[in-house]
Amino acid sequence: MLGLTKRDAGLLAIVAALCIFAPFILNPFPEGSGMAQFNAGYPDLMQRLVIFGIFAIGFNILFGLTGYLSFGHAAFLGVGSYAAIWMMKLLTMNVIPAIIISVLVAGLFSLLVGYISLRRSGIYFSILTLAFAQMSYALAYSVLTPITGGETGLQPKYTDPRILDGALEGGATPQANLFGLSMKSSTELNIGDWVFTFNAGYYIAAFVMLIAFYLSIRIFRSPFGMMLRAVKSNQQRMNYTGLNSKPYTLAAFVISGMYAGLAGGLLVAMDTQVGAERMFWTASGEVVIMTILGGAGTLIGPVLGAGLIKYMENIVSKINKTVLEQWFAFMPDGIEDLLVTLVYPFVGKGWHLTLGLVFMLVVIFLPGGLVEGGSRVGNMFRRKKTDTDTPAGKTTPAE
Amino acid sequence: MDAIFLQILNGLDKGSAYALIALGLTLIFGTLGVVNFAHGALFMIGAFCAVTFSQILTLSHKATEPTGTDFLGNPKFDDIMYVHEWFGQSTGDWMIDWAVPLSILFTVPVMIAIGFIMERGLIKHFYNRPHADQILVTFGLAILLGELIKYFYGANPYPTPAPAAFAGSFDFGAMLGFDPNTIIYPYWRLIYFCFAAVVIGAVFAFLQFTTFGMVVRAGMADRETVGLLGINIDKRFTIMFGIAAAVTGMAGAMYAPINSPNYNMGMDFLVLSFVVVVVGGMGSLPGAVLAGFLLGIVESFASMGAVLEVIPGINQIIIYLVAIIILLTRPRGLLGRAGVMED
Repeated sequence: MLGLTKRDAGLLAIVAALCIFAPFILNPFPEGSGMAQFNAGYPDLMQRLVIFGIFAIGFNILFGLTGYLSFGHAAFLGVGSYAAIWMMKLLTMNVIPAIIISVLVAGLFSLLVGYISLRRSGIYFSILTLAFAQMSYALAYSVLTPITGGETGLQPKYTDPRILDGALEGGATPQANLFGLSMKSSTELNIGDWVFTFNAGYYIAAFVMLIAFYLSIRIFRSPFGMMLRAVKSNQQRMNYTGLNSKPYTLAAFVISGMYAGLAGGLLVAMDTQVGAERMFWTASGEVVIMTILGGAGTLIGPVLGAGLIKYMENIVSKINKTVLEQWFAFMPDGIEDLLVTLVYPFVGKGWHLTLGLVFMLVVIFLPGGLVEGGSRVGNMFRRKKTDTDTPAGKTTPAE
Repeated sequence: MDAIFLQILNGLDKGSAYALIALGLTLIFGTLGVVNFAHGALFMIGAFCAVTFSQILTLSHKATEPTGTDFLGNPKFDDIMYVHEWFGQSTGDWMIDWAVPLSILFTVPVMIAIGFIMERGLIKHFYNRPHADQILVTFGLAILLGELIKYFYGANPYPTPAPAAFAGSFDFGAMLGFDPNTIIYPYWRLIYFCFAAVVIGAVFAFLQFTTFGMVVRAGMADRETVGLLGINIDKRFTIMFGIAAAVTGMAGAMYAPINSPNYNMGMDFLVLSFVVVVVGGMGSLPGAVLAGFLLGIVESFASMGAVLEVIPGINQIIIYLVAIIILLTRPRGLLGRAGVMED
């Protein structure tokens, strides 16, 4: 199907199912119950889940396949966002031209950055990309203020020209739309106490993510992907065999830059504003964390990682002291206080502390991320099964 | 002429900080071969050592005031600082005033301890893993340390003043025969530069003139051979990690009056200090120091009004620009030697 093996098609189907049913899956608690604040099925968060999924999928094409660790990918996301918002200001509030132009501009910018940065590898490559990203950030904040809006950022205003849309009636806020379908329009479904929200913007973003995911599967399985893996395992040998690996790595860099641009464009399509902080190097660090946490070099890993981090960020930052006290209320007073004091630094505003800790633990003990963890657990059960199925059935090959 | 002189001076203090951090970073890289992204966090912790020390100095306890009671008839209480009680009023005041320089005594042991724990507890397990893994785990550590500091000290910067004796500025212009008040320079920045020069000199002397330093240098050149000679090189490298942490921590502690410490300052300095190390040449100690001062001065020249008029915004990006140019034209950096982190 679609040129995929059965296994990959199954993977794509799983991701598609997750995307389609996300409004149900992320809303496990009935409305009005005490846990309702931990529901994640509201449009804004769901959009972020899939958009950062795209970002991480793209980053994984570079880092997972070639092993080049870029610390500046947020710059492409930011450039894509700025391109998209200018499209919305000048041309039309329809998201399609905005997204297309954001991919193109991010692609061109990553071509430039990649052409220079890929002359070095290893840590030098990381530093070069970091330097470029910081430069873009500093420029967006200061000198390029006429283009980027500086500290205030950019929003579409009703005074913008917008050649294709024509003039808005005075004072109306321009809405991002797809041929008239507003990104913010949602329908709600009430089943018992549960309220499920189906948002147009989310489904468009999820559809784009599925396409992005499909493309990344094709890249992973193609001869081109094979070449990139060869670069990762031994670039020197590749060069000695007479092959110039630069075009391949550059292509991977540009592709992942375009993915980042796509994510940036979608971010603008969903929430029509841009600020320079989107390009700060900690934002680049975040996508690195997502990819590693999920499992670099695997297909599903980055999607899982991005989803998990954005989801946990939402959940964990909402837990405050009162909630903790409720949770531990059944314990004796002394133990309750102790537990609350122990857990409190890690929740609420301390979300980044948890993130840093989890990230470190994953890098130390589980370099393959969640996917490796999953397969380890799977193997544990499988081995037990085969052991019981074939007792003493181990065959040792003759030496 | 005086403008140029002023910019060189302005570049020196920031350059000193860059040089010290880059020196620590290079010590770690040159000995252990580990790319330490948590180095900025060490600088930040050093700065918070100064904050903590001045907080310790002002600890006080309540004591009943002998003279009488307040208007409700309750006994009055006075806050009595321990330093006043132990060292007398005038010495106590002097110590509180001089908290930042004195905090060095506190910073060094703390930082050495943190360095040991970091190396033995974490970094040791990453010697044989790829550089990407080292970058990632230390990046995670940097986030962790920053957030811990944020939890204990809050997100706001802590103003930590320099001793009152150094509050003023030094008029270089008058001394060198220019017009007075054209080149004025805060005393504390001058002290910072001198301090950095002393620390850098001490580190180099230590490596050059002691037996310990000789062994470490031999280990940097060929770790395996030194190990085969029956020298426990791992232990010495651990000590060097502690020293590197102490150098960086001192740089942070003394920087506290120039830039009020907050939990994020480590990240800002980290990126810059990596750029400095790469420009100087990975693994080259003199290169790190040279590049630190050079980039500090270049940055301060770029922020001159006259330059900004020609190329607006150049002060924001000049360091990165220099780094990119150097990396592409002189891949080993200014003073880097062959064979270190070659691609």
